[in-house]
Amino acid sequence: MINHLIVGPLLLPLFMGTMIILNTNQPIARRRILGLFSCLAVLVITIILLFQSVDGPIQTYVLGDWPTPFGIVMVLDRLSAMMLCITALLALICLAYAARGTDRQGKNFHALFQFQLLGINGAFLTGDIFNLFVFFEIMLLSSYGLVLHGGGGLRTRAGMHYVMLNLVGSSIFLVGVGILYAVLGTLNMADLAVRMAQAPAENAALLQAAGLILFAVFALKAALLPLCFWLPDAYGFTSAPVAALFAIMTKVGVYVILRVYCLIFSNFAGVGAGLLNTWLLPAALITLAAGAAGVAGSRDLRRITAYLVIMSVGTLLAVIGTFQREAIAAAIVYLPHTTFMTAAMFLVADLIGRQRPDAGTGLVPDRPVGQPTLLGLLFLTAAVAIGGLPPLSGFVAKVMMLTTVKDSAGAPWIWGLVLGGGLLTLIALGRTGSVIFWKLLPADDTETARKTAHAPVPVHAPADVFPAAVLLVISPLLVIFGGMITEFAFAAADHVINPVHYIEAVLGPDRSLPLLLSSGGE
Amino acid sequence: MEWLVSACFGVMIACGVYLVLRARTFPVILGLTLMGYAVNLFLFLTGRLHTNLPDIISGSQTQYADPLPQALVLTAIVIGFAMIAFVVVLSLRALGELDTDHVDGHKENPPS
Repeated sequence: MINHLIVGPLLLPLFMGTMIILNTNQPIARRRILGLFSCLAVLVITIILLFQSVDGPIQTYVLGDWPTPFGIVMVLDRLSAMMLCITALLALICLAYAARGTDRQGKNFHALFQFQLLGINGAFLTGDIFNLFVFFEIMLLSSYGLVLHGGGGLRTRAGMHYVMLNLVGSSIFLVGVGILYAVLGTLNMADLAVRMAQAPAENAALLQAAGLILFAVFALKAALLPLCFWLPDAYGFTSAPVAALFAIMTKVGVYVILRVYCLIFSNFAGVGAGLLNTWLLPAALITLAAGAAGVAGSRDLRRITAYLVIMSVGTLLAVIGTFQREAIAAAIVYLPHTTFMTAAMFLVADLIGRQRPDAGTGLVPDRPVGQPTLLGLLFLTAAVAIGGLPPLSGFVAKVMMLTTVKDSAGAPWIWGLVLGGGLLTLIALGRTGSVIFWKLLPADDTETARKTAHAPVPVHAPADVFPAAVLLVISPLLVIFGGMITEFAFAAADHVINPVHYIEAVLGPDRSLPLLLSSGGE
Repeated sequence: MEWLVSACFGVMIACGVYLVLRARTFPVILGLTLMGYAVNLFLFLTGRLHTNLPDIISGSQTQYADPLPQALVLTAIVIGFAMIAFVVVLSLRALGELDTDHVDGHKENPPS
């Protein structure tokens, strides 16, 4: 029995996006309702899929019913079900925030938003590496539109760099895929894994080159140093709900690295075995350090948050880079926390910036916000969660990551950089909060005589603040349901780290035999 | 023939990389186009170089042309074409908004 729900997260945004285009010249309320309905429906579907995947096997959906290695196949395992669910929840909240005014800046915001979801969901679901390229391109083309949404010179300049870098990245991706196809003769990821294990030693150099070429592309998507310099500008200058949604885009890169290098280039993969074991950890640690330096050195909350995205990618990939089951489970626990909290910080920064007309989110003293208690509490919650202080989810996830990697070779480096980066984050966010909320001249200070009354600022309605508050409430929920989430993460890591499950789900039983033989009959 | 084709591919990629590293948007777009062409050629070659092979499987022939690279290259061409069109429009908009065609938005040096 085929589970048709699996293609729901793809077909629904595609269909609703098209419907929204047809309504381009209708009142904006109609586009908002269509967009929000689509996000809500996708969220319901992904929650159902998540619960199915908790106890169930890896599910596949064979498009067009072509026999598996030849046709395109969608694969839903626990990790991809969780990623779909995170994306759907984040998208619904970001869209609810955008519907308070950001979406008026351009006609096609809602359509682009739906196609963006199509691309992201496709990248999580696909089991075919060329199809992954196609979904990447759908995701990127909509993201180009969303980054530029609203216009302005800064966005255009940041957008140019983002677009051109990703065009080069797409070309390189095709070269990598081309080499894999030329040598192994297949594009199905499970089939690639089987044939990689059988590949003769004379092809080792070509296959390893293809793997590292693909890694360069995924590192560009995930924003690993030295391919991360597009991110602070692109995320810092674009509109807030778009930046918040893009918190999941770098995680697409992380997901694909985890998927491809635990499946095609897994430890059982013959000539390609353990390809990234020497590369990923140092690259991720340097990224983490660079992100921390950016966080400490920025003079603007939006840019600080953009560097926090880089830090979170560095942390995730450093832990994943140990390629151990427990560490990957810890990374899976950290991933939803960091995605939701950085997204929340983008929204809080926007709420703050809109009440400081001449300073925005910059660290300029004496520019009071209109609602200091409300925004201060939101900022404090987000900062505590991101900084990794108890009792919120950042603390639990970081403790789990640090304890699971403590026996690996890179443990001192991971501990040092994660904790040092956390300290710098706390200092930077503490300074931001005190400059924005506390560093004010007294209103009746007649002696200095340079104090002028501040212009009245717009007051946020509850509906403006609600989406950011919902994102922040997720953090204590991640702690309260921490036991369940950890159990799920270990089960998901089981499926990720051992490619046999994935291959047998896609290709059928006994097809993973070459992997087991190549690793000496484990 | 392998030498000739791979040399072509290398020269195209080298020219593309050189142009992409220029500071003005027009050469950069030309470079991206050239790299796109080179990659399409490369994808085409993943089916290996053959001559006089049938493109349809028949009982009498043991060898036939690989049909998959043709499908892949068609997809890549369509996507690449759309992307280049987008980046051309974006560059025109950047020229209008930033008043310069420098990729970093730098203004010309003032005449001394």
